[in-house]
Amino acid sequence: MTDTMATATIEADPTLPIIRISRDFAATPAQLFRAHTDPELFARWVGPDATTTTVDRWDASTGGSWRFVGTHDGMEFGFHGCFHEVRPDRIVQTFTWEGDPDGVALETLTFEDLGGGRTRLHVQSLCDSFEGRDAWLRSGMETGVDQGYAKLDALLAAGQIAEGARA
Amino acid sequence: MGDPLSQVFAALADPTRRDLVARLTDGDATVGQLAAPYQVSVQAISKHLKVLEQAGLVSRRAEGHRSPVHLEAEVFDLMTKWIERYRQRAEARYRRLDAVLAELNNDEEAGRRPAGEETA
Repeated sequence: MTDTMATATIEADPTLPIIRISRDFAATPAQLFRAHTDPELFARWVGPDATTTTVDRWDASTGGSWRFVGTHDGMEFGFHGCFHEVRPDRIVQTFTWEGDPDGVALETLTFEDLGGGRTRLHVQSLCDSFEGRDAWLRSGMETGVDQGYAKLDALLAAGQIAEGARA
Repeated sequence: MGDPLSQVFAALADPTRRDLVARLTDGDATVGQLAAPYQVSVQAISKHLKVLEQAGLVSRRAEGHRSPVHLEAEVFDLMTKWIERYRQRAEARYRRLDAVLAELNNDEEAGRRPAGEETA
């Protein structure tokens, strides 16, 4: 594939509880790696807009661990996990949203060098069940808040899928 | 888990039901036809279909094994919208990352300038 992915592409695997996202960046793999492993840089982009991210624990090395808290409208959302492996071209980590403390996803990030100062990021999230994966897809995960929610709720209220579900 | 969409996701959490849905994308089929490839009873498949029906994913004009089961495609459009919404959140995150990376690029270029030159 030589086309550039100007915006993120997503795939929800039908046979495994996996979400895959790819996105191209005007940066070298080293820069992209740094933006994922330097806690100050990471905190600046990870949270949704209007969310303040505070890194609580951060050891971006193989066997290390991390925790950060997003604050949105006075509500706090904690996330934590372990860095299973940290390499310049690949990060493998676990990911738990503390609102669902028993749930854990295994994330594999790879930085594919496209040359000319461009890098393709691949993120694969393997969830521990389809229910977990789908709950993740449908929830606002980080904050539970966004405009799409309101639209979708309106759609649901209009009875688009209500026939069979609500007699 | 009471809202309609939760029912849809819960109904699809089961591998047999996911498989049934996948097969119904090819066209309507009777319970007997749907049950044929499985090592389980027609009754067991009927139970799965009932869950899918309650979630609004499939419909049947009448009860009984000969009545064709129909997939309600618009429910999948809704799921596609959820996935798209998730994608948009990822895209928003990566736009912020674009800005951070652009700054790294600028800093690195600034670092290559002769000493003494001020950067903003």
